[in-house]
Amino acid sequence: MEKSEKRLTSMVKTSGCAAKLPPSVLHSVIDKLPVMTSDRLVVGFEGSEDALVYKVTDDIVAVETVDFFPPMVDDPFAFGQIAAANALSDIYAMGGEPNCAMNLLCFPSCLDISVMDKILRGGIDKVKESGAIIAGGHTISDPTPKYGLCVTAFMDKTKVWRNSGAKEGDVVVLTKAIGVGVINTAVKGGEASPESEKAALDSMTRLNKEARDAARDLMVHAATDVTGFSLSGHSLEVAENSGVTVEIDTKKVPLLPQAEELARFGFIPEGMYNNLDWVNGKVYYSPSIPLSIRDLMLDPQTSGGLLLFLPEKDGETLVKRLNKDYVRIIGRVKEKGEYSVEFI
Amino acid sequence: MFEVDCRGLSCPEPVINTKRALKSHAEGVIVLVDNRVPLENVTRFAHAMGYNATSVEKDGEWKITIKK
Repeated sequence: MEKSEKRLTSMVKTSGCAAKLPPSVLHSVIDKLPVMTSDRLVVGFEGSEDALVYKVTDDIVAVETVDFFPPMVDDPFAFGQIAAANALSDIYAMGGEPNCAMNLLCFPSCLDISVMDKILRGGIDKVKESGAIIAGGHTISDPTPKYGLCVTAFMDKTKVWRNSGAKEGDVVVLTKAIGVGVINTAVKGGEASPESEKAALDSMTRLNKEARDAARDLMVHAATDVTGFSLSGHSLEVAENSGVTVEIDTKKVPLLPQAEELARFGFIPEGMYNNLDWVNGKVYYSPSIPLSIRDLMLDPQTSGGLLLFLPEKDGETLVKRLNKDYVRIIGRVKEKGEYSVEFI
Repeated sequence: MFEVDCRGLSCPEPVINTKRALKSHAEGVIVLVDNRVPLENVTRFAHAMGYNATSVEKDGEWKITIKK
């Protein structure tokens, strides 16, 4: 086979955010690491934040994040776009606007150099759209391709959204449809419809910028983005950090086209089963929920949407402003009960 | 019964191979897997196709019997 003809997804075992280490494994290590403290470190490892927040002046903080993963699509330009959108999302999830970014690339010697060019151009495309600048970075020769960004944002320290602080009575808004993990698995097997594949691609490449901008002046109590740990896992993190129970109505959760059918037919990534182990005993699924829908609530998302916790009035305003069928109020925050998250 | 050896394969291959095998052996097939992910996924696929699926584990490998 010619160098350039190799399918990107054929070179990886797990892809996108589904390639994350299982949460239980990750926590068994990072929870025991020595915690570094500094007057300037506002947010560190605690509470499963992806980003760190560092005090630059009395008013301004730097939000820094890094994210990279193996390809989940064969088109190198689209892969670059997705990886960049995913990395930039960590900044949007904290209410910030990315200022600068650097590349992180692992690239196999067996691939044509034009593939590298396209991946990096895809990244530049999305960073440009975000309004940030991109320069520099680091490249490693590696049999499995991987790409992502390190992103920095400078922002008003009082405007940082955290993944804690959700309050009783808040509603939960999700800004992208669920199902990219399942669809990417089916695409690998040639079983996803072109419509479904395109919808997943559009969703993964879409920046969370618009959602962040629309929520900027609203009373956001807590926020995160839905990635590898799924809607279940990321809801759980916010619920536990906030000391509340989050109730999600599965009928209101936006799903990508064909996602339910593909889940029912067993096109489920390994990450779903890891997520299931992790949330076991902490998340409740009503017995009336079909297995395929429960699986989707645990489906690892690549470059997923923002999950915002805010007062009902503000939640309704946000949904109205964004005016997309995939932006919906999917649940509410209740007093802490037996489970941290309840799917009904 | 026709046997589909999916040991060592990662998803979605076991599901795809099971689908192919059921096309030519509609009465049912046996699928061998060595990981819980294909075990679960092949079982879901069989149910979605209207088959029954039962599995027996031995030494970390599963024999899934799929029939009407």
